[in-house]
Amino acid sequence: MLGGLRDLLAGAIGHFAATVLLGAVVIMTYLAFNVLFLIWLERKVSGRIQRRHGPTEVGPHGSLQTVADMVKLLGKQILTPVATDRFVYVLAPLLIFLPTICLASLIPLSGAEAFADQPYGLVVIIALSAVSVLAIFMAGWSSNNKYAVLGGMRSVAQVIAYEIPVLLAALAVVLVAQTLSLRGIVAAQARGVPFILLQPVAAALYFIGITAETNRSPFDIPEAESELVGGFHTEYSGMRFAMFFFAEYTNMLVLGALGATLFLGGWLGPWLPGPVWLLLKAYAVIVVMMWMRWTFPRLRFDQLMTFAWKILIPVALVNLVVTALVVGGAG
Amino acid sequence: MSTSTPTPATEPLDTYTLNMGPQHPSTHGVLRLKLTMRGERVVAVEPVIGYAHRAHEKMAENRTYAQFLPNTSRQDYLSGLIYNVAWVEAVEKLAGIAVPERALVARVILSEFNRISSHLLWIGAMLLDLGAATPFLYTFDDREAITLLLESVTGSRLTYCTARFGGLSRDLDPDFPRRAREVLARLKPRWDEFEGLIEDNVIFRERARGVGVLTVAQCRAWGVTGPTLRGSGVAYDIRKAEPYGAYARFAFDIPTRPEGDVLARYLVRVAEMRQSVRIIEQALDALPGGAILTEGSIGVRKRLKPPVGTLYYTVESARGAYGILIVSEGGTEPYRAKFRTPSYANLAALQDVMPGTMIADLVAILGSVDVVIPEIDR
Repeated sequence: MLGGLRDLLAGAIGHFAATVLLGAVVIMTYLAFNVLFLIWLERKVSGRIQRRHGPTEVGPHGSLQTVADMVKLLGKQILTPVATDRFVYVLAPLLIFLPTICLASLIPLSGAEAFADQPYGLVVIIALSAVSVLAIFMAGWSSNNKYAVLGGMRSVAQVIAYEIPVLLAALAVVLVAQTLSLRGIVAAQARGVPFILLQPVAAALYFIGITAETNRSPFDIPEAESELVGGFHTEYSGMRFAMFFFAEYTNMLVLGALGATLFLGGWLGPWLPGPVWLLLKAYAVIVVMMWMRWTFPRLRFDQLMTFAWKILIPVALVNLVVTALVVGGAG
Repeated sequence: MSTSTPTPATEPLDTYTLNMGPQHPSTHGVLRLKLTMRGERVVAVEPVIGYAHRAHEKMAENRTYAQFLPNTSRQDYLSGLIYNVAWVEAVEKLAGIAVPERALVARVILSEFNRISSHLLWIGAMLLDLGAATPFLYTFDDREAITLLLESVTGSRLTYCTARFGGLSRDLDPDFPRRAREVLARLKPRWDEFEGLIEDNVIFRERARGVGVLTVAQCRAWGVTGPTLRGSGVAYDIRKAEPYGAYARFAFDIPTRPEGDVLARYLVRVAEMRQSVRIIEQALDALPGGAILTEGSIGVRKRLKPPVGTLYYTVESARGAYGILIVSEGGTEPYRAKFRTPSYANLAALQDVMPGTMIADLVAILGSVDVVIPEIDR
């Protein structure tokens, strides 16, 4: 269907421009709905865990609550504190969700559909996902608030530490699949079994790593409310504040979808169309992340670092070497 | 503790001052901590108090003994009933007012329920400080059962004013023991549930064990009391050391832990709730009949003039030893009333413990001591 629309547009504005335009519109629209849905889901999941109903008033089952909140945030004054580094302060919330939109376009939705399928898709995704930490640090630094700076610094240290196990876990999958293309990785799982069965350790490492990368509890120290008030976004209000939320939930979807692609067989599944399967798997990963958030206390900063450098990274390295030996031996 | 001063020019470059509070999610109200930090580590702590000062001691001098009753539960709003009873019992002792047996036992029952509700709230707030949001709602749910029970007896949910000179404002209704036992039956399985959900959680143990160790010597030096002291291994409880009211009649243990860390203070409080349940059960069995207010007693209606004298009366509140000093010159109002509130001493001791910890630990330590700021400021 999208292909037909693209061909129609291509007649008017050219093939490349039509692809970009269509991709941007579809992705932005979907991501906006995704954020609304995820915030509603988070509220419902936390409500169930806490023996209460969650939102019920606005819309059926409270589904329009987030819309109401967004309207409220739109109406709020956008406050810029006097002492900020103004240019960087304004730029940070924009910069934080640009990479996540690019990331969303790289995930193959099915065997035939992907907005920008790359032969080295995995490398591009991992490189781009590190950009958001830059925006977080910019937000923390330019706010000129000590809590925000602390949050920003924590975030940098945390993302650098947890990026490595994620990368090593993904590399183990690459070794098994013998390709860096995401579509190739899913195709390899179509021939055999989902890689979570072949690479359970890598799947666990990946899951822990993305929980930390998206700043979700128990790794939410960059915005630890009880310590740093709001962390890096303490000084942000109105829609700028909402941008950080937008980025957080979009990031969850993208990394969840990537996890589904790497370990759960991506779009593969009976009866339902590919993109539906992919999203179902991604949302399943996200629900587990929500479940963790509402049941665990937060780690301390040094414990977080110890956990990454002394446990996760050695385990990931051993897993990678063992995988390489097994794959090499079999090949 | 001083007012804020501008940063001196000679401040070393590798440290910075972080102003935590009076508005901060983890300072439990309006406490302000002036922190000197080096990166994530705390170098020095200076608590600044007084943001909720309401001059309760001065107010006591300007009111009759009965008129001061509503003030008592507004000092420590989480164990207000215990404070309310303490003031009444102190004045009764000073004025030599007899109290019926039923009222004495009923006061114990209500006080212990209040202690459990205070500890339940503390567990929730403490875990919220550690970043776990869900236990807060669980404990509030259970606390609500106690609040409803106490409301049915006292008419209030938080700032109780039910004790009267010579008894209680109204009698426990005939149905009360049944409802009280229902609440206890609901609470009892909870301790095991907490054990599974909180104590056995690896992250909680890692965050709490060995953090914020208070030694016995530090406790003695600063006058630390209550669960904080018992978490450092000292079996001191006013209810045992200087039994007041009807406490001498009931069998209960003083739970202690030798470690003195955040985990020990947590475990002591959970064990204390079990003991409170034990006390309430015995008290319900032993609840005598008869009047709740001494026949012909003044209640709050007549003017009360205690004889000339000075009296110091202590009770065990949910946070530690609460002391009341009343100086009477024979008038209708106290000449002087002085309150020794436990959180004040407990908070002061933290100045010794907090330096050298990380900011996340500081929040955990502050949470573990269970400070109530209006009770410090009075």
